[in-house]
Amino acid sequence: MSTLTTRPAEVGAAVGGEPLATRLHRWAVTVDHKRLGIMYVLSGLVFFLVGGIEASIMRAQLARPANDLVSPEVFNQLFTMHGTTMVFLVGMPILLGMGNYLVPLMIGARDMAFPRLNAFGFWLFLFGGLLLYFSYIGAQGLYGTAVAPDVGWFAYAPLTDRTFSRGNSTDYWILGIMVSGFGSIATGLNLVVTILSMRCRGMTLMRMPLLAWMMLIVGLLVLAALGPLTAAQVMLLFDRNLGAHFFDPQEGGSAVLWQHFFWFFGHPEVYILVLPAFGFVSEIIPTFSRKVIFGYPLMVAATVAIGFISLSVWAHHMFAVGMGPALNAFFSAMTFMIAVPTGIKIFNWIGTMWGGRIRFASPMLFATGFVAMFVIGGLTGIMLAMVPFDWQVSDSYFVVGHFHYVLFGGTVFAIFGALHYWYPKAVGRMLDETVAKWSFWLLFAGFNLTFFPMHISGMLGMPRRIYTFQPDRGLELWNVLSSSGVVLQAAGVILIVWNLLRSARKGAVAGNDPWDAWTLEWATTSPPPEHNFDVAPTVGSRRPLWDLKHPEDPDGRYE
Amino acid sequence: MAATSDSLAAAAPHAEEWRPARGRTGMACLIGMECFFFGTFIVAFLFYVGKDTTGPTGKTCLSIGPVVVWSICLISSSFTVVAAVKALAKARKAAFEFWLGLTLLLGGAFIYGTVMEWRGLMLEHELFISTNLFGSTYYSLVGFHAFHVVLGLTVLGLLWTLSKFGHLGPEDTERVELVSWYWHFVDVVWIFVFTSVYLIGTGILS
Repeated sequence: MSTLTTRPAEVGAAVGGEPLATRLHRWAVTVDHKRLGIMYVLSGLVFFLVGGIEASIMRAQLARPANDLVSPEVFNQLFTMHGTTMVFLVGMPILLGMGNYLVPLMIGARDMAFPRLNAFGFWLFLFGGLLLYFSYIGAQGLYGTAVAPDVGWFAYAPLTDRTFSRGNSTDYWILGIMVSGFGSIATGLNLVVTILSMRCRGMTLMRMPLLAWMMLIVGLLVLAALGPLTAAQVMLLFDRNLGAHFFDPQEGGSAVLWQHFFWFFGHPEVYILVLPAFGFVSEIIPTFSRKVIFGYPLMVAATVAIGFISLSVWAHHMFAVGMGPALNAFFSAMTFMIAVPTGIKIFNWIGTMWGGRIRFASPMLFATGFVAMFVIGGLTGIMLAMVPFDWQVSDSYFVVGHFHYVLFGGTVFAIFGALHYWYPKAVGRMLDETVAKWSFWLLFAGFNLTFFPMHISGMLGMPRRIYTFQPDRGLELWNVLSSSGVVLQAAGVILIVWNLLRSARKGAVAGNDPWDAWTLEWATTSPPPEHNFDVAPTVGSRRPLWDLKHPEDPDGRYE
Repeated sequence: MAATSDSLAAAAPHAEEWRPARGRTGMACLIGMECFFFGTFIVAFLFYVGKDTTGPTGKTCLSIGPVVVWSICLISSSFTVVAAVKALAKARKAAFEFWLGLTLLLGGAFIYGTVMEWRGLMLEHELFISTNLFGSTYYSLVGFHAFHVVLGLTVLGLLWTLSKFGHLGPEDTERVELVSWYWHFVDVVWIFVFTSVYLIGTGILS
């Protein structure tokens, strides 16, 4: 009897005797933010495995000089699909999906503001992704049928012109991304409205968990960035299919205009991909340091500042285009400036850990790994903001190393940290801690082994996106190191997947609040009931569960 | 656990706090996103003004006279839709349908103007989206605006029909007001499109 009461009813119900078709049907028609969030994360993880396999094939090809494992044509498709998949079908859906799952729980709401729109957004994302991948079966390109897009994830003009990209594989890229982009717009809008309008009583803006703040800014950035991307993709679609001349230099069109449009989306996108990661880490580090977050108001201000500045740094991707000294200087200065609020966050996380009683459970391992790796990626970012330095290493493996430290060492580590932290809440069972620690260290070692040497091969002159390299240029060692890291990373990822699958049935029962945390989602059962909270909660501080556990010393009087 | 949420509910008594209404926030977000969408097309249009190598351009084939008339129709429809919302709030069904009907007519007149302008451009000036940069930027910018006007007209027409069949009352005022926000947005965008295409693009302002 006692085991039954500690065990949430939902776990029993999910395993229970309903036929598979009924259960699948319930998932397909759901408008529940928690189910949609889980579907976002699961589909994102499947695409993560696909994108990872693409990356592994590329690293196998580059393991030794003058290799011929894949042809140049296939290699072009691989890096295009890898980049597109990781940004649009892994990063965005997993982050927006976790926001979907967590934000209503954290602000004490019953669901997202528009539950049907939420479901609509998820299915648009999924079918957009499937449309992109259908190109592997149905598209035609320069080299015959069944070819994926091969124009790179930012699809520079005039390579995307009909003249140079025959067939329709490029149209698959445009339409797949556009459809999933509509889904992101729907979800971004939903997040903003949910956070502004659905907060429970007492949940003022300045009492919101930092993750909710980050998701608010992310939602606004999605609205600002995806509109221009959609518009530019429409223009490209008109160019390719109606004979328009937006990006066609032969008729006076400008290829550089595409770069401006794309990066006007592309740089806010980087912050769309990293701000939720900041949010995860800002929840995990206080819990495992047993301290409140250091400098909450400053964290909020830094987030808002990043949101604004991120809209005016885009052309630092274009220093090598020849924009002239004035624009180069402006975008260089803005890029230095955005490092300030980002640096503030780093100090605040360290300040939170400083003097805390740190528990290195798996979420904390990933969170501290995130801070360390993101600092490296941030520092190489500042190096790249210097125009003369950028001219030297632009489009080299240095840049590849840089943004993988930001997006893999940063975003993906934070995602895995968040998965380990909130898995007990969503599933009701704990992940195996030993396996989790193994997967972290394998991933951490493999990640650095793969991506750190890229800085060196890049500075030695290895261009990105090249399908092979000649021997005797001093590149062999760095490339073989990069490729060997893949084995460790793959082992780490396989362990994580195995842990996620196995613990769903065999993990220890989690209970409501396994980490002794302070935000509202830990107040309800694990997994939460469909309506989230039996009674609409009321909060009096930033740490409602602290107040509950320590009624003699509530937080409110210190905030 | 129910006990936990119970004690949370009792934790601190608070007066009901203000939250922005869901619908209004959502519509504001949608409009914000659309501003960035249209902004991109306007930037492309302005970027390419005067960069054409061949063919008819705004200077040679756009006449500002008729478009001023159709623009006045569209801008006035912003005022009639406000009158319609006010009538609905006061439960004056006939006045609501009159003002909404007038809005539909004015918006329809604007679309008629666009159709006639495109007809002239295609038949007399042989300007198509593939002709030159002006054709590409003009048709996509004005076309996307017209598409949004048609969307707005469709929803307004739906509201009119619902009202005719008695399914719309003063309790729906906020929903109708949200549609009117969208309609205002379409009008305001037109002011920017008009300035770009018919004043800057024709060389009247340069």
